[in-house]
Amino acid sequence: MKRSLFSILTLLVLMGVVLSACGPSATPTEAPAAPAATEPPTQATEAPAATEPPAAAEKTAIVGFTASLTGSLNVESTRQNNGFKLWMDQVNAAGGIKLADGTTVKFDSKFYDDESNKDRVQELYTKLVTEDNADFLISPYSSGLADASAVIAEQYGKIMITTGAASEGTYKKGYTLVYQAYTPAGKYLAGAVDLLASLDANAKKIAIIHENDKFSTDVTTALESYATDKGYEVLLNEGYDTGTTDFAPIINKIPADVDAVMGGGHFADGQQFAKALFDKGITAKFISLLVAPPEPTFAEIGDAAFGIVGPSQWEPLAAFTPDYGPTGADFVSAYKSAYGEDPSYHAAGGYAAGLILQKGIETAGSLDPEAIKAALDGVDMMTFFGHIKFDTSAESHGLQTGHSMVYIQWQKDAGGTLVKQVVWPAEGKTADPVYPIK
Amino acid sequence: MNAGTILSSLVDGLLIGVVYGIAAMGLNLIWGVMRVINLAHGALISLGMFGVYLFFSSLGLNPYLALLFVALLGLLMGVIVYFVGIAPVINGPYLSTLLATFSINMIIIGLGTAAFTTTPRDIGFSLGSIQIGPLILLGTRLVAAAATLLVTGALYIFLYRTRTGKYIRAVSNNRSAAELMGIPSSRILALSFGIGTMLAAIAGGLIATFFSFTILSGDVYQQKSFIIGVLGGLGNPLGALVGGLILGVLEGLLPLAMPNTWVPVIEFLLFILILLIKPSGLLGGRQ
Repeated sequence: MKRSLFSILTLLVLMGVVLSACGPSATPTEAPAAPAATEPPTQATEAPAATEPPAAAEKTAIVGFTASLTGSLNVESTRQNNGFKLWMDQVNAAGGIKLADGTTVKFDSKFYDDESNKDRVQELYTKLVTEDNADFLISPYSSGLADASAVIAEQYGKIMITTGAASEGTYKKGYTLVYQAYTPAGKYLAGAVDLLASLDANAKKIAIIHENDKFSTDVTTALESYATDKGYEVLLNEGYDTGTTDFAPIINKIPADVDAVMGGGHFADGQQFAKALFDKGITAKFISLLVAPPEPTFAEIGDAAFGIVGPSQWEPLAAFTPDYGPTGADFVSAYKSAYGEDPSYHAAGGYAAGLILQKGIETAGSLDPEAIKAALDGVDMMTFFGHIKFDTSAESHGLQTGHSMVYIQWQKDAGGTLVKQVVWPAEGKTADPVYPIK
Repeated sequence: MNAGTILSSLVDGLLIGVVYGIAAMGLNLIWGVMRVINLAHGALISLGMFGVYLFFSSLGLNPYLALLFVALLGLLMGVIVYFVGIAPVINGPYLSTLLATFSINMIIIGLGTAAFTTTPRDIGFSLGSIQIGPLILLGTRLVAAAATLLVTGALYIFLYRTRTGKYIRAVSNNRSAAELMGIPSSRILALSFGIGTMLAAIAGGLIATFFSFTILSGDVYQQKSFIIGVLGGLGNPLGALVGGLILGVLEGLLPLAMPNTWVPVIEFLLFILILLIKPSGLLGGRQ
C-alpha cells in the first residue's frame, strides 16, 4: 500500500517536473521585475529644453528596449545593455548628432525588465511605442525575444536594430524596418570549415555533435549543408539534450577516423563536451565548438581546452581597422573604465547597435524613419565590431550580410599558460592556428 | 560498430551507473526509513559538489580528503535539516513532508544561486587515465566507482552489523513497535536523514571530480534516482546500486542503436512499465 502510494507520489512529482520544465523559466532568487526602470537623462539639464519649440534646436530621441534584468538571460543581457549605454553616454557627451536642419539630437533610453520571458516582450514593446513614445527600438538579447519584439517595431513603423540575436528567421518575415547587427546563425561554423580547408586539404571527414535546441540545430544544419557542398563527408550528426553532462555514450559513437569534430551548443555543455573529448582520447585533428570557447572561464578545463576553436561575434583582440566609430582598443578601454570589466561580445554588440543607429541618423540627416531606413539600406561600413552591411532584398530584408565571425583558438604561450588567439579570418588573426591538435 | 566500441560503452555505462547508484542510495534510505520523498535530494547533491569545489579551490585540499569533510558536514546538515524542516511535519500527511522538502530544495537553490550564480564550475582535477586495449579509463571515475563500493559496503555493515543499524531497520519496519521496545525513534529518524544527506553529499563530491556543475546540477541525479529507486527496489538503499548499474548500462549501450535523445524516453517508459507491473520495484523492494 505504502509502495503504491510512493509510486503515485513519484509520478506526480515527475509530472510536476515535466510541467515546470515546459513553463516559462523563473528564477526563484530574484525579485519580481521593477515596473519601470527608467534611465535618468544623461544630461539632466538639457531634458526640459528638448521639449521647447524649434528655436531651442535640440531634440531628445527616446530609444526603447527591454532588458533581461532577471531570469536566465540576465548576464548576457546586462552586458549588452551596458554596451548600449556606453554608446549613448559617449554620443551625448560629444554633443549629440547634428541633423540636416541644424537640430542637435541627443538620446535618452527607456527600458523595462522582460524577465527573460518572451511573453512579456510584445506587451512591453507596445508600451514603449504607445505610452513612452520611443523613437527607435533596440531588440532584447537572444533570438527568441528579439523575434517577438520585431513584429511590434514593424507594426508601429519604428526602426529597430536587433543585437544579441543571430537566428535568420526574423528577417524572412517580410519586415522592412528591422536590422541585424550579429552574424546570422547559419554562418556560425561555416568559417570553421573554411579554416579547416585552409589548413589541410586532405581532412574531409567531419562528425557533428550538437545540443538539441533551435539555435544549435540551425547552426549545425547550415554547417552540414555548407560542409557537404564543399566536398566534406559528415560521418555522424547527432544531437544531445540541453543539460547533458555525461558525453561518453555519444563520444563512443564517433568513428575513429574523423578529422574534425564540430558542434556544441551553449557554455555549460560545450565546456563539458570539450573535456569529455579530451578524456576519451579522441584523436580528431580539429575541434570547433559553439559559444563556449570564447568565454574566458572555458580554460578552467585545463589541457582539454588546448586547440579548441570557437566562433565569436567579436573579440577584443581582433585587429579590424574601422572606418566608422571607435577602434577596438578605444572601446575596450572606455568599457573597462565605465564598468570595471573586460567587454564580452554581448557588450560590443550593444555598442554596435547604437553605432548602426547613429550612422543611419547621420546619413539621413533626420529622424524620419523612411529616410533612416533608406540610409541603413545603404550602409556598408567597417566598425570595431566588424563589417556591417544589410540584405536589402524583399525576402530577407535587414539580415546581416557584412559581418563575419572571428574564430578563436586556445593556445599555449611560452610559459605554457592557455591563451586565446584569434586565428580566423586571416585579416584579423593574432596567431597562426595550431594544427593538428592531436 | 565493433566489439571495442561496445565494450567501452558498457564500461562507461557501468562506471557512471555506480555513481547513479550512490546518488540514489540516500533518497532510497530516507524513503525506506521515514516514508519521506526528499525533493531536496538534488540540491543536497549540488551542495556536495560545491563543498568539494570550495575545499579544493580555496584551501587547496585534495578532493578526496575534502570529500571526508563534506561527508561529515552533510551528516550534520542532514540532522539539522531534519529537526528544523522535517520533524515538525513527520507525522502529517505525505503531502506535508513532500512540500517541506520541496521548500528546503528551493531555499538551497535560491541561496546557492545568489552565492555561486549559475555559471558552471569545474574543479579541474585529474588523475590521468589508463588505457587497456580499446578502453580508456579515467582515474577520477575509477576512484569514484571504488569509493561508491566502499561506501555501499560500509552502509551495509552499518545497517546489518551494528546496534544503531538495527535500530534504523526496526524504525523502518514499524516505528510504533520500535518505540515500544525503547528505541529513540526521533533520534534514529534524524540520524537516517543525516546519513541520507551524507550519501547525497558524497555522490555530489564524487561527481564534481569529473563533471562541471552548477547549483542546479543535482536535479538530473534526483530524477534518475526515482527511476533507480523503482529498478532497485523502493526503500532498499543497497538495491540502489544495482538499479544505478542497470540505468548506467542502458545509457551506455542504447545510444549505439538509436539517437541519444531517445534514451530518456526509453528510461521513463521502463519506469512506468515497472510501476504498473511490479510497483515494489524490480528487485523486490524493502525486506
